[in-house]
Amino acid sequence: MKALILLYRSPQTRVGLILLTFVILVALAAPLLAPFSPVDVDPTARLLPPLSRVLVSSTHSGASAAHAETALHLLGTDSVGRDVLSRLIYGSRLSLTVGFLAVLISAVFGSLVGCLSGYWGGWVEALSAWLIDVQLSFPFLLLAIFLLGALGGGTLAVVLVLALGTWVNYARIVRAQVLSIKNQGYIEAAHATGAGTLRVLFIHILPNTLSPICVVGSFSMALAILTEAGLSFLGVGLDPSTPSWGTMLNDGRDYLLTAWWIATVPGIAIGVTVLGVTLFGEGLRELLDPRGVR
Amino acid sequence: MSPSILDVEGRAASPTILDVEGLSIAFGRPGHGKQVVTDVSFKVERGEALGIVGESGSGKTLTMLSLLRLLPRGAEARAVRASFDGRDLFNLSPAALLEIRGREMAVVFQDPLTALNPVLTVGRQITEVIRRHFRSSAADAQRRAVELLASVGIPDPNLRLRQYPHEFSGGMRQRVTIAMALAGEPRLLIADEPTTALDVTVQAEIVSLIQRLQREKGLTVIWVTHDLALLARIADRVLVMYAGRVVEDAPAAKLFANPRHPYARTLLGSIRQDAPRRNRTTPIPLTAADTGAVGCPFAPRCAEASEQCRSVAPVLKVYGGDTRAACWALDDGSARGAGSLDDGSAQGTGS
Repeated sequence: MKALILLYRSPQTRVGLILLTFVILVALAAPLLAPFSPVDVDPTARLLPPLSRVLVSSTHSGASAAHAETALHLLGTDSVGRDVLSRLIYGSRLSLTVGFLAVLISAVFGSLVGCLSGYWGGWVEALSAWLIDVQLSFPFLLLAIFLLGALGGGTLAVVLVLALGTWVNYARIVRAQVLSIKNQGYIEAAHATGAGTLRVLFIHILPNTLSPICVVGSFSMALAILTEAGLSFLGVGLDPSTPSWGTMLNDGRDYLLTAWWIATVPGIAIGVTVLGVTLFGEGLRELLDPRGVR
Repeated sequence: MSPSILDVEGRAASPTILDVEGLSIAFGRPGHGKQVVTDVSFKVERGEALGIVGESGSGKTLTMLSLLRLLPRGAEARAVRASFDGRDLFNLSPAALLEIRGREMAVVFQDPLTALNPVLTVGRQITEVIRRHFRSSAADAQRRAVELLASVGIPDPNLRLRQYPHEFSGGMRQRVTIAMALAGEPRLLIADEPTTALDVTVQAEIVSLIQRLQREKGLTVIWVTHDLALLARIADRVLVMYAGRVVEDAPAAKLFANPRHPYARTLLGSIRQDAPRRNRTTPIPLTAADTGAVGCPFAPRCAEASEQCRSVAPVLKVYGGDTRAACWALDDGSARGAGSLDDGSAQGTGS
């Protein structure tokens, strides 16, 4: 709670916090907020521009428009008549889940590898350096397409592939940090008080690497959301009927000139979320550095 | 060339808490490396304050670190004997070693700016040590940490506990590191130049703090320093090191009244206002050949060096019952036996 108050103090972080909270609330309350089903198609209402009204109840032809039941497509409809706003709202669930999980898995795994290889050196370091090299020498998209093809797509597969693509960032940064931290006086002092290896690693060294992890994490989260969109765009990510910002972008690609809203709306949502995450991550980094707290 | 070993076997109730004999430290490949500490022997009695003095690079700190097995990577220590309270320090299991560090022997490091972790609160760092060694509850450890901070003279310990190291001044940080060192309730405290990085006025406070804690807790303290004037006030015995060797080991009062080794004499001359100018040291650059070469390592700087000094290294010999010195020039027949002291004669006299 104290941390949240501190985060709220800095104007930039406040913006990030508000944006992120908004997106998360929308994702949580999706069924309450969405005016339509995100998956129901309506062939009679294809490619409607934003603010279009459609009849929903089947009224006979003589009835006046005033008495007809109408519904508002606030952000229009897509090529098969699905409500863009509803898909956007439901899509936030998927994009956020994929982003958070991918960052969590890659940060934990990458930091662990970086920590161990930086601290122990020797064969642990050799092995992890080899893993990192293999990872980096392989074009990520090629690897992602190959793996997703083999795994058959799906949310979990996308999360794992994204984590696989980004853990090296954490590993390299944490390793570099650990290499410099382990020679600090306070690490020697910790050893001199009888702290064992694990205690030194996780209590004395790891907290010192949290700020760079946060920075990488916030960028990676943004990148994960974008990459998920990219993979879905390429058709190897999520099932096209699944409402996600990436699949929406993909759908809208063919209609950019005729129905700009289909791709523009999820694009803006991605931008806003990424901005929120980045600002929040920056604030978190400042908070984790005790010297930065005022 | 090694000083011959001595008489007294470690008995259970021995007054000797630390007994080191023939300690050598080398960097690099075993047998081919660069030897930086050669054949160091000394004993520390319970409750005593031992001072180790010598210039930078004389091996004081490495000698101390080797006892805790905290030598930097690449350095290897060997000893004929290194026993702490009857336990062989160089032959401990890793687990037993961790039990000794902090719990039996603790270190106060030279630079309080780097000896504290910047991202952990001071309280966390102290309770960490307490919980490591006593398995106490978080609340108990917290209470104990407050007591420790109060005992090292930090005002408002309840508040200070929640602060980070950067919120403390240099002197206050050194008090915190002392509190950390004492958190495991050790019996031996190694103060490795604890005042070097501090202001002169703060230095005096830290020194008297450690002295007070020594009295109150019955600690044995080893002061590593190059401040002879300080040792004159606080040490019971003084070990003078030069180029990785012990050149003189004497009760503080005797060393300051009657230094035997030429190096000790010039060192003392350098701090005495009343010393004749010719006795003051003139800085002479050390060359690589000075350490590890044949002959007395001090010979190149020694006014009294003879041909013998340059070809054969002198061994420690006992003079006047409780003083050891390694110098050929002293070899006028007053030396008695080999270079170890009888237990009984090694009583502290200073302070």
